[in-house]
Amino acid sequence: MSDQILLGTRKGTLILDRKGGRWTPRPIAHAGMSISYAAKDPRDGTIWVAMDHAHWGPKLSRSKDDGKTWEHITQIAYPKGARFIEQHMPTPGPEVERPTTYKEATLLKVWVLAFAGPDQPGVIHAGTLPGGLFTSRDGGETWELNRPLWNHESRGGDLFAGDATSKNHWGGTPAAIAYGEFVPGIHSVIVDPRDSNHVYVAVSCAGVLETRDGGKTWHGCNRGMLNDYLPNPEAEWGHDPHFVTMCPGQPDRLWQQNHTGVFTSEDGARTWKRVSRPEVAVHFGFPIAVDERDGNTAWVVPAKGDDERMTPGAALFVARTTDGGATWQTFREGLPQEHAYDVVYRHALDARGDCVCFGSTTGNVYVSEDRGETWRCIGNNFPPVHSVRFA
Amino acid sequence: MPHVTFTRHLQRFFPTLTEGEYPGTTVRELIDELERRYPGFASYVTDETGRLRRHVNVFVGEEPIYDRERLGDALAPHDHVYILQALSGG
Repeated sequence: MSDQILLGTRKGTLILDRKGGRWTPRPIAHAGMSISYAAKDPRDGTIWVAMDHAHWGPKLSRSKDDGKTWEHITQIAYPKGARFIEQHMPTPGPEVERPTTYKEATLLKVWVLAFAGPDQPGVIHAGTLPGGLFTSRDGGETWELNRPLWNHESRGGDLFAGDATSKNHWGGTPAAIAYGEFVPGIHSVIVDPRDSNHVYVAVSCAGVLETRDGGKTWHGCNRGMLNDYLPNPEAEWGHDPHFVTMCPGQPDRLWQQNHTGVFTSEDGARTWKRVSRPEVAVHFGFPIAVDERDGNTAWVVPAKGDDERMTPGAALFVARTTDGGATWQTFREGLPQEHAYDVVYRHALDARGDCVCFGSTTGNVYVSEDRGETWRCIGNNFPPVHSVRFA
Repeated sequence: MPHVTFTRHLQRFFPTLTEGEYPGTTVRELIDELERRYPGFASYVTDETGRLRRHVNVFVGEEPIYDRERLGDALAPHDHVYILQALSGG
């Protein structure tokens, strides 16, 4: 069981410690700053925080003394010449034919951080808006854009070298609009515990891509995905994974909460199958967590459709499957069953051992210590919660 | 040399940042000088292309600078420069 939870919130970083059976928050760190993600590197215990400062730009902060002191470090920056094909928000009225235009990339947000395994000490990945994967090989001192992914044929090819040589299939994510641009974002980076050269990324809106050679080559992994918003639901691209995660103990078992349902893969993302059960409201949502050892067990906190994006029936619940998505049980004990309008963001649910924890945009944080069956509130007045990670 | 006043919020990241005279004949030169004295400073007020960040304002006297892309606005020795966060980002 983990004894520490890290919350990335709209107003700072919160560390909660489990002492004497109670989860107790420390005074807030990075007070007033929006934190998009906070997580601890299991290799050396460093806590990493992605700050999303409206005025001064996205910045990273880290603590090597378990949150006592923080240091601001060399920042992630797109290299000169990193361009992307500009996209435009849909506008009312007839579709406007536009010429292809390019835009110089600047870092808008560090959305997620992921740590390589012990076979690659010092290697850390960062998924960003506008759709770049950055990797540090020296413990976060320097960061480099992964060019093969940035230059992937699904994005128009090598735009450092010149104009597009292929069609762009990476769409903008509504999560980028607050930054004034309609661009894609990488929100999930998954490192295979068997081999840190094997990495998946998930992109809103494109789908899942995989490298097996440490980022030199990438290919799409979207077979079996269904996009109800496209004329061809089985299209290779255009998918909107909300979050993708892997069972560390069974790394070929992946789970995906997508805009169009819950999907799972038993073959390392070669194929996916939809396991939504709308009759028990398991379909739409943002986060998904999988058990550390059992790839058949996963948790979701559903939201009602993309038309409302609120707790179904204003009664908060968590759904769990233990049979690979064939059936889902819903658990409500300890969760509010009236006037609950919580939404749980994609990084705001985590599972570790028997503990499951989630936080909502209304600042409520709930923890379960019996695999999601009963819940206890550990705070109602936190800022809107962006990320929840056991340390 | 131009006199430069900073929003106090920048002192949170650069505790030794002090109001005073800094050399520079353009806003770009001034930011480069501040980066030399306070490593990392430029990444707070400009993005990686060198543009002023969307929610940062630089005033010369009471006028916002014109060239937010290249920061080419000229500075005279007696100018008073203000580097502030914009209300829009709050």
